Amino acid sequence: MYETNYHRASSVQEAVKLISGAAEGKYLAGGMTLIATMKQRLAAPSDLVDLRHIAEMKGITVNGRSVRIGAATTHHDVASSVELEAVCPAICALASHIGDPHVRHMGTIGGSIANNDPAADYPAAMLALDATIVTNSREIAAADFFTGLFETALNDDEIITAIAFEAPAKAAYRKFPNPASRYAMTGVFVARRDNGDVRVAVTGAGSNGVFRHQGMESALAGNWSPDAVGNVSVDASDLMTDLHASAAYRANLIKVMTKRAVAAA
Amino acid sequence: MGVEGIGARVARKEDKRFLTGKGRYTDDMSVPGMKYAIFVRSPHAHAKIRSIDATAAKEMPGVIDVLDGRQLTADGIGNLICGWMIHSKDGSPMKMGAWRPLADQTVRYVGDAVAVVVADSVDEARDAAEAVVVDYELLPVVTDPVKAMADGQPQLHPEAPNNLIFDWQLGDAAATDAAIAAAAHVTEVKIFNNRLSPNPMEPRAALGIYDSGDDHYTCYTTSQNPHLARLVMSAFYNVAPENKLRVIAPDVGGGFGSKIYIYPEEIVCLWASKRTGVPVKWTCDRTEAFLTDAHGRDHISTAKMAFDSSNRITALKVDTIANLGAYMSLFSSCVPTYLYATLLSGQYDIPAIHANVRTVYTNTAPVDAYRGAGRPEATYLLERTMETAARELGISPAELRRINFIRSFPHQTPVIMNYDAGDYEASLNAAMGAADWNGFADRKAEAERRGMKRGIGMSCYIEACGLAPSSAVGSLGAGVGLWESAEVRVNAVGTIEVMTGSHSHGQGHETTFAQLVADRFGVPIDSVNIVHGDTDKVQMGMGTYGSRSGAVGMSAVVKALDKVEAKAKKIAAHLMEADESDIVIENGELKVAGTDKSVPWFQMALAAYTAHNLPSGMEPGLKEGAFYDPSNFTFPAGCYICEVEVDPDTGRTEIVQFVAADDFGNIINPMIVEGQVHGGLAQGIGQALLEGVHYDPDSGQLLTASYMDYAMPRADDLPSFKVSTSNTPCPNNPLGVKGCGEAGAIGSPPALINAITDAIGNNTLTMPATPEKVWAAAHAAN
Repeated sequence: MYETNYHRASSVQEAVKLISGAAEGKYLAGGMTLIATMKQRLAAPSDLVDLRHIAEMKGITVNGRSVRIGAATTHHDVASSVELEAVCPAICALASHIGDPHVRHMGTIGGSIANNDPAADYPAAMLALDATIVTNSREIAAADFFTGLFETALNDDEIITAIAFEAPAKAAYRKFPNPASRYAMTGVFVARRDNGDVRVAVTGAGSNGVFRHQGMESALAGNWSPDAVGNVSVDASDLMTDLHASAAYRANLIKVMTKRAVAAA
Repeated sequence: MGVEGIGARVARKEDKRFLTGKGRYTDDMSVPGMKYAIFVRSPHAHAKIRSIDATAAKEMPGVIDVLDGRQLTADGIGNLICGWMIHSKDGSPMKMGAWRPLADQTVRYVGDAVAVVVADSVDEARDAAEAVVVDYELLPVVTDPVKAMADGQPQLHPEAPNNLIFDWQLGDAAATDAAIAAAAHVTEVKIFNNRLSPNPMEPRAALGIYDSGDDHYTCYTTSQNPHLARLVMSAFYNVAPENKLRVIAPDVGGGFGSKIYIYPEEIVCLWASKRTGVPVKWTCDRTEAFLTDAHGRDHISTAKMAFDSSNRITALKVDTIANLGAYMSLFSSCVPTYLYATLLSGQYDIPAIHANVRTVYTNTAPVDAYRGAGRPEATYLLERTMETAARELGISPAELRRINFIRSFPHQTPVIMNYDAGDYEASLNAAMGAADWNGFADRKAEAERRGMKRGIGMSCYIEACGLAPSSAVGSLGAGVGLWESAEVRVNAVGTIEVMTGSHSHGQGHETTFAQLVADRFGVPIDSVNIVHGDTDKVQMGMGTYGSRSGAVGMSAVVKALDKVEAKAKKIAAHLMEADESDIVIENGELKVAGTDKSVPWFQMALAAYTAHNLPSGMEPGLKEGAFYDPSNFTFPAGCYICEVEVDPDTGRTEIVQFVAADDFGNIINPMIVEGQVHGGLAQGIGQALLEGVHYDPDSGQLLTASYMDYAMPRADDLPSFKVSTSNTPCPNNPLGVKGCGEAGAIGSPPALINAITDAIGNNTLTMPATPEKVWAAAHAAN
């Protein structure tokens, strides 16, 4: 790792100030990707501004079916929130399967979303839950937020402070892990609202990152059952091929994981 | 056996320090003035070095010096060698290209070391290494061994046209071909044995200390065989004469074969210490380990097995291409030859066998022994072929094996080995019983109702370990003898030190070797210390690999104990005025049989050292040494049965049951043996299901250079193993022991692949059986 200056911000305002004073600053929101990248000398920020200790960015509030999760909330806290479990157990289950216990106690929901790793779990949840990404300057719909591999709508130095969503009537996430990294080789988050609106978001498979599968959504809107998935065709041409899985196999996994998620929801 | 003697389930003495973080590994060593080395490595798989410019690097903070291959060559440091000569079938010697510890003209794989930076800190050395400018002229790359042999492909070494190192054969080709031509049935199988990265928990490390006052070198290193390291560095690499070179391998966190070899880094640390005048330490990081630790396996083979009308095997013909990577590592040549083709008879009476093996250079990391070393490759080939044959012949896999088992011993195979003892049917029956083989059909039907495909597969392995009779391996090309040494030193207070040439890097020698002493003299194992891993403390020894520490290393201890016992009895007889033939040793006392006279062990030891009252003419002291050269290999064997459930929708395999029934001969510590089997099974299952080294075929870049892409087995990939042992004692060593370190890794891959192919009804499947491959195979026609 190259030398870097570590700063611990105690407020969003202070974090912004610290980053604007840095030559090549980076926000640190758990560091589960960034620190590993720095250790390999593939990233060399002059300054790290740690967001994990900003009180206003931590914690989970559930109001009726309205959920707000502070961006600096760890995966462990999401996984073990009783309030959240009562309205949206799917996101708790998702968080409980991210990485290992160490990662879950360090990594945060904001960090994961801001990084937008194409194999991360949370982006699929954000899209399927139609979440709002709240930053220090605006609110961004999840549909507009994830713009490509490791790309988001965030401006330089913009901080995600929270995410918010209305808990759906039914939701579930199923992932098929990469045998080596245990990241999602394909993960599918399904959500159905009382008005019949269905969302199916896929992570780990798209060559341009997380995406919604319209075919699955319309089939499931007509018939919310695992059987509805059977005849939906999944186009492999926009899917990733890598050492571990071909696009055709990922296309199969999208169907299987969707089916299983619907069955579990 | 006593509570701590042979056969006792004694908790490992060494685990206290390992589990409490008190182990002392090479990287824990620190000496005054010590500096740190970082290697500049080739980012290219094949290139000429036009120039190396370290001017800027040398000016960077904390940098002591930057050294390159030209200086190393100028100082007369020799090439790394392969120490086992193999001759091709045309009589020509193997074609070994030069391997420089620091490449001075050409780099041949990604990770090849070209220079070393020595600096005050690791980070400063790393910064400076990035500032070393190496001008490369890129050359075309070949990573596939079949392609590498074709005309017009990149040539790695001028000595080896078409990259062919040797084209070797074993067995009777004419008899084999004739038997195949006359066969009632021939099963033909293509076998791919995947390349593996060894992944010991502790990465390699070296600390080179040059003392200009005595012109003496000390090397702390992660070695399985420090004496061999000293011998090779002295005799071949011109680092220093043996009496000026001390090699210490302290606690070593796993080796699996990869720490047998002498690598460029320890040579360079010693040389750099003299060049710079400071002690130089290097510790490998995980990426470097993936790039530069010697890999294992990587065979492409075809097998033809011939049967007569009563399903007896009449012949086996094997053609194998083994990828040895960019350079010939220390024992690379013997792994795909004498550790492989000699095991192709398996547990079966096969009248005619012929194997042809070609070894090939490619632009990949060197390949050498990895847990099992040749024997897993032989077992996988044979047991996949047997399973395939059973399916083709329409008889049960167990029945086909029973028909062909060797049943009388000794048994001379057509491929050198002379099996001394075994009862293969006993292991088969034990495994089938433990696995409830007969209940499988019901379990399969039940799984079917849940939408799962259940399969069962077996593997009957044999291995040759306890390497090895020196004259035999010498006649086959080995550059060293494979005996072992021991010295037993009884102190004046009766405590005992055992100096062994074996090296423990996870095997538990500090416990099992002490159990031998406890068993013999009735003293507590806490009064016995096992000393190993230091060429200044321990007499010449050959180290630990090939499951040899029990059969060979312990046998040397037994020989030394015999001598100690004889002298102790003489002393005791003299003290008690008895006849030495009446002395028995029990519970820490030397007694006169049939009387109440006795002398405590410590009093006898004290008498040996005070020398006030010894038998006339006896030398004082009590210390005896022995060298033991085995008269044969030992032949552990067993039967493994694996049961899986495959999810047809995803191709995911779950191992629902794994049974191992092994015959290791007599057992010193059953708990340690079980641990060895568990670890071996985990590695074998890793190979079959998860692990595989992949290079980009065009660039030669290593694609699996981290745990993000190299899949290691984890606890949740493995079932609870059902292990058991049976015992036909080895007749060729004093303890009747065989060897258990490699069996799990040798026997398990074919059992798993046989089970998966049984589940999916498609026999075409290569390791690692990733979910995608299994899914594709399950949905393809057989």
